[in-house]
Amino acid sequence: MGVIKKIQYNCREATYLIEKRQHVRLSVKERLHLVIHLSGCSVCRLFQQQSRMINRVVKGILKDRVEDERKLDEGVKREMQDRINERLR
Amino acid sequence: MGKIAVLDPRQWVGLHADYLYSYAIARLDDEEQARDLVQETFLAALERTGQFRGNSSERTWLTSILKHKIIDVYRKRNSGLADRGRLPAQRQADREPEQEFFEADNGHWKEAYAPQALGIENEDPLTNKELTTILQLCLKKLPALWLSVFTMKHMDEAATEMICDQLKLTPGNFWVIIHRAKLNLRACIQKAWM
Repeated sequence: MGVIKKIQYNCREATYLIEKRQHVRLSVKERLHLVIHLSGCSVCRLFQQQSRMINRVVKGILKDRVEDERKLDEGVKREMQDRINERLR
Repeated sequence: MGKIAVLDPRQWVGLHADYLYSYAIARLDDEEQARDLVQETFLAALERTGQFRGNSSERTWLTSILKHKIIDVYRKRNSGLADRGRLPAQRQADREPEQEFFEADNGHWKEAYAPQALGIENEDPLTNKELTTILQLCLKKLPALWLSVFTMKHMDEAATEMICDQLKLTPGNFWVIIHRAKLNLRACIQKAWM
């Protein structure tokens, strides 16, 4: 199998590069592989679209978690402060 | 002259406990563990009040101690200790999805695992409540190590080098994990969606 054919078949590599590209700049060789692959593979183009969609939703979910203000039980807090005070004595 | 912060441990719980608790829960998704870490953070802070320089606020200082404790939990979860609520034996596909999803010889998608259109690719995904709900469930199924990498990357936008350093991963491992996590999440969503 020729080099180009190998790249065209290799969806495992392409999806790996799709993930990497969302975080860092790819090397020239990596970019070339990805362009060659995606130009002929609609399944990986769909994967890329869905992958970006997932990242956006994950970020949204995690952002909601960060902004969620939770309160500790008052009894637990009293115990915590008691433990601190004990050590201050 | 800048204001120099001073420590007042008798006020710590009242002033910072809820904040620290929320911080820990967001990153650990475990109330009991978050509570324990807040207590440990206060006690550890008491031991090293001498190291407080007053150039950051009391809360920032306490949070930095808590951050280290959270990383410790991630490490323990990854080594299989303190792995509450997670199944010890994961399916093969959960550990090495690329073995299951792609042909071994040429890396082509196996037909049964090739992505299929969900029909929502052109919508704004953030307005889709159903997708958010499914994704939340799928996140819970990720192996602990992948979830901690994902959380650090997407929640705190931590640099890759820092995550690798703190979780003791090589950059190669890191990208493999990001790749596997995404393959699994995507497959999990498709399964629930279809």
